[in-house]
Amino acid sequence: MKVLVAVKRVIDYNVKIRVKPDNSDVDLTNVKMAMNPFCEIAVEEAVRLKERGVASEVVAVTVGPKAAQEQLRTALALGADRAIHVETDEKVESLAVAKLLQKVVDEEQPQLVILGKQAIDTDNNQTGQMLAALTGLPQGTFASEVKVEGDKLRVTREIDGGLQTVELSLPAIVTTDLRLNEPRYAKLPDIMKAKKKPLATKTPAELGVEVASKVTLLKVEPPAERQGGIKVGSVDELVDKLKNEAKVIS
Amino acid sequence: MSILVLAEHHDGQLSPATAHVVAAAQQIGGDIDVLVAGENVAAVAEAATKLDGITRVRVADNAVYAHQLAEPLGALLAALADDYSHVLAPASTTGKNVLPRLAALKGVSQLSDVIGVESVDTFRRPIYAGNAIATVQSADPLKVITVRTSAFEAVAEGNSAPIEAVDTVVDNALSAFVGEELAQSERPELGAARVVISGGRGMGSGENFQLLEGIADKLGAAIGASRAAVDAGFVPNDMQVGQTGKIVAPELYIAVGISGAIQHLAGMKDSKVIVAINKDEEAPIFQVADYGLVADLFEALPELEQKL
Ligand SMILES: Cc1cc2nc3c(=O)[nH]c(=O)nc-3n(C[C@H](O)[C@H](O)[C@H](O)COP(=O)(O)OP(=O)(O)OC[C@H]3O[C@@H](n4cnc5c(N)ncnc54)[C@H](O)[C@@H]3O)c2cc1C
Ligand SMILES: Nc1ncnc2c1ncn2[C@@H]1O[C@H](COP(=O)(O)O)[C@@H](O)[C@H]1O
Repeated sequence: MKVLVAVKRVIDYNVKIRVKPDNSDVDLTNVKMAMNPFCEIAVEEAVRLKERGVASEVVAVTVGPKAAQEQLRTALALGADRAIHVETDEKVESLAVAKLLQKVVDEEQPQLVILGKQAIDTDNNQTGQMLAALTGLPQGTFASEVKVEGDKLRVTREIDGGLQTVELSLPAIVTTDLRLNEPRYAKLPDIMKAKKKPLATKTPAELGVEVASKVTLLKVEPPAERQGGIKVGSVDELVDKLKNEAKVIS
Repeated sequence: MSILVLAEHHDGQLSPATAHVVAAAQQIGGDIDVLVAGENVAAVAEAATKLDGITRVRVADNAVYAHQLAEPLGALLAALADDYSHVLAPASTTGKNVLPRLAALKGVSQLSDVIGVESVDTFRRPIYAGNAIATVQSADPLKVITVRTSAFEAVAEGNSAPIEAVDTVVDNALSAFVGEELAQSERPELGAARVVISGGRGMGSGENFQLLEGIADKLGAAIGASRAAVDAGFVPNDMQVGQTGKIVAPELYIAVGISGAIQHLAGMKDSKVIVAINKDEEAPIFQVADYGLVADLFEALPELEQKL
């Protein structure tokens, strides 16, 4: 079966962001960019399915600027067979990404699409669910285990109270949670080989999708700073402060 | 303005989250309906009628809505949404699972994890793990919103709103519920607790979380964890606090053996009072802690339990 994996280029998760002085957005100049961590997990899961002989082909797709090809090359180095770049310099919201991915799904007809559960820049947690709705497919979100069983997919999901297992008909959409797997690192020879793997480029116009959003970003502000606190010298002092200063325990 | 709030419920009980979402709906203003969807949910609907500020409770009680799977619930919401200007749900795993599906079925965007209502179409929400707060305005005819419950005070319960049955039944051949493994705990829910005490990798093992239990008992606290503690298998996933786990804002948050990575801070830095216990005085958690204790947790915790 064919597996499609959606990867997003985002700020590296270790970087502490700054807000632009004019409050128009976050300042991303000269900031280290990387593949969204949940997308790394998505690629890893697809590659493992291939290694186990369950998947026959792994196709990575991204929507973003030219530079997002770096993340596609990473996916190829990690084991994807080919890549599709939907190139645009515009800011593309989750709904438009889902519409573009829907077109790619129409063309590629994968049996399984794996996305991250959340992009760590927008913290949206919605693209996979939206893609499932648009394609009319079932969704296994926040997956911590995925098993293909004949023409069904068994997905264990991380939910607020613990774990839930659902069975989905295939084709299906899955979004990854952190504990689905531990992604590997790309090895140098694989990085070299990835440069020769096929990478196709398309535009939103070619796919017939209007990417403009009805949501306007009015401003971006830093969160309220916490006042720096104090260090206490002992457990006694801590208990005293909590009782008599903060008054949060009695 | 007409607002539909999707009720959160488990095991025949209305979750406290719903009252917080109704509070957000009140800030938008307008008629507020609460939708209870599930199987055998009469008691949940009854509990929902008490929520202050709501106009009515709509109940879709059918086996197809059992376990609130996204496919049937999304279709149900899409069938009802035309009567509303806004659909709101808590930013719980259920809300996050279902609402984007509704939004896409209606061809509109979804606003995730809203923490502030500026007007009927303008909202504030955290981005980049809470390191920035975005103010966004939506021109969509239907606003689909998940609400960060810790950002809104719950409404009181003095109402007796009428109940109306919803007969819409949808098919679901796409997905089926197989099973659930839910954590059993006598303690308050993480999201609703007045005090939370969390352990990190520094706890060293699952057994050592017992050191937190005695303190949690004395304070009526919920117990949380960092991702590192969950990944190491010390505790189950539902205890994870952070950007990609649960968001909490209790009166008192005690972080033990947690370094304070931005992803963890994203889940707890709106707590009223933060205490950190860590043996490394350089740990970033001390930058957000009101009271920091530089100490070995294996010495500090037993002493703390004893002195409370
Ligand atoms: C996409 C993504 C999402 C993430 N989401 C989350 C999330 O939701 N929540 C989350 O928590 N993390 C999340 N993380 C992980 C996060 O980046 C950190 O790795 C994690 O929070 C570290 O956990 P920790 O503080 O317990 O461990 P460490 O960073 O290893 O810190 C352990 C601390 O314990 C202290 N310690 C050790 N022994 C003792 C002792 N005997 N007494 C006192 N102190 C002691 C040490 O000094 C140290 O400060 C995410 C990461 C990624 C990439
Ligand atoms: N621009 C994009 N290109 C490719 N995939 C994306 C893009 N945006 C989001 N996704 C996918 O959707 C997941 C969830 O993103 P979000 O819903 O934006 O939080 C990501 O982990 C990706 O798998």
